[in-house]
Amino acid sequence: MSTSVKTSVGEPATTPATAPRKRPTRAPARTRSVVRHLALVAFLAVVVAFWALPMLWLVTAPFDAHPGLDVSWPDWTLDNFRKLSENPYAFSSLKNSVYLAGGTMLGVTVLAALAAYSLSRVRIPGRNGILYGLLLLSSIVTGTAAMVPIFQLMFQLNLIDDRSGVVLVLTGGLLPAAIFILKDFMDATPKSYEESARVFGARPTQVLRHVVMPIVRPGLATIAVWALVNVWSDFLTAYILLRDPAKIPAGVVMYTFYSEGGQANLPLISAFSLVYALPVVALYLFVNRRYGFRFHGGIKS
Amino acid sequence: MTVTSRASDPPPAHPPGPPPTRPPTRPSSRPSVDAAGLGRRRAAVLVAPALVLVTAFLVVPAVWTVYLGATDYRLTGIQAANPQFVGLENFREALVDPDFRNSLWLTVLFVLGSAIIGQTVAGFALAWTLRGVPKLVRSGIEMLVLLAWILPSSIVAFLWVAYLSGDGGTLNTLLHTPGTEWLLEHPMASIIVFNTWRGTAFSMLLFSAALGAVPPSQLESARLAGAGTFAQLRDVVLPHIRGHVLTNTLLISLWTFNDFSPYLLTAGGPNHASETLPVFIYNKALYGGQLGYGSAISFIMLVINLVIALFYVRLLRERR
Repeated sequence: MSTSVKTSVGEPATTPATAPRKRPTRAPARTRSVVRHLALVAFLAVVVAFWALPMLWLVTAPFDAHPGLDVSWPDWTLDNFRKLSENPYAFSSLKNSVYLAGGTMLGVTVLAALAAYSLSRVRIPGRNGILYGLLLLSSIVTGTAAMVPIFQLMFQLNLIDDRSGVVLVLTGGLLPAAIFILKDFMDATPKSYEESARVFGARPTQVLRHVVMPIVRPGLATIAVWALVNVWSDFLTAYILLRDPAKIPAGVVMYTFYSEGGQANLPLISAFSLVYALPVVALYLFVNRRYGFRFHGGIKS
Repeated sequence: MTVTSRASDPPPAHPPGPPPTRPPTRPSSRPSVDAAGLGRRRAAVLVAPALVLVTAFLVVPAVWTVYLGATDYRLTGIQAANPQFVGLENFREALVDPDFRNSLWLTVLFVLGSAIIGQTVAGFALAWTLRGVPKLVRSGIEMLVLLAWILPSSIVAFLWVAYLSGDGGTLNTLLHTPGTEWLLEHPMASIIVFNTWRGTAFSMLLFSAALGAVPPSQLESARLAGAGTFAQLRDVVLPHIRGHVLTNTLLISLWTFNDFSPYLLTAGGPNHASETLPVFIYNKALYGGQLGYGSAISFIMLVINLVIALFYVRLLRERR
């Protein structure tokens, strides 16, 4: 005891008193950081394997001369795409998907923009009630919960097997959330531009077209992309409302390709899934580069 | 499913509700109420088309389930032409229908397993670990997880059918379990893992944003005070992101509850073993033709959705 007092007080040549206590913990700390690093790498490897393994097939099988259900190094060929082009339903289904997605995107973006702008700028009687109702509706009445009455409604309206009917249903379903998001967006843009435009004598339509539109374009783009991806991926609505094989979109054709009895036609399925997936991947890359896939600030619906 | 929604605070010059007395800056002919000079009537005209569509395809169907659910309506047969009002008979039938009770239980398992546990845990773990990872690795992993989320459902469903197939599927090759038909032998486990894979991206994005709002200085001082990872998470991170956890849980539960993709993998089978409520409704009403009974079940789903949504809306209002 006396020696320790002596060293700590009287001998500055040796290391300070804290050092002997610190040293034994440092070595484990280093191994701990190595262990931690290894654990991180292992975790990330598991993550990559878990997410990538099911998706790999989409990259290898379309180019394989003899695609199986497993992932394997392809016996390179483009023959599967030739087979795809000979299938009568593959191309027409993609056209139908373009029609449904394009029509819905247009309808949702235009109608939501008009409604959101009016709700943002004008105190329409019952405005808060409308917004509250829209927010609730968008989460409650989903395509799955309402599939029976929607089928029934379209049956009564004689719109079964009608692509425009599908566009109407999808537009109605996406509108509440679109209006809500766009209204938020418009609330955040200053009114002063519109006010000054009006001071200079612009009519409301001119204000809308030349002042408001350019400002809210990013918001409109968000809604357009969101609606597009939603409808492009849709399965259920088209599945219950369309019967004619010439009218069904890619999502439903994909399902019939693999769910119909007999041996699955893997060359066809693999090539088709890649072609059907590519627009979504391209949009993803575009949006990711342009805006980044991040939430900004608070998160709403 | 908002990807980006900017909820930045409105600039102080323009509070959300116009002040009761506006400064008399504009000597226009009529007392204008809005910036664009639309006026209430024209504004109402602009809102109307959207409201008409929403009413026709959301409100009417929702109300219609109440009526249809109280009838013995069928797709074909006598009840198709002349449905009878049966009151609460469908609900009474549901209570004793073993298939419905089975389906309800499977739905609880599906939401608990794949959303509340699977997606939340995986999403948070990813958001937490990816903070300290080189940018290239981070964006690569994020892209993988996001792709699983945005690819069309019938494609990812087939990818998993192939992956889990007993006839040369990749999973069996990896695990050396040749011939295991995962979708037939473990259908619920399969769709739970599938939906975790499919939907984790949302929780990952949301928690990344939430973790960005945790002051690094607080984490740093906790670490200097000797707090381990768990203590940091519990004492520093959780208090900051509690609201986000709740938002995330409510939204992904709602979406998972309404998810139809189990149908694309197993169609509810084998023998109802993976028949969650949406699949049950489809099989009963649209495949089996029992529209009245299916509507009653739909009504139950709508009520559950309403409860979740009311919680969510209340949460949003509190946070504003």
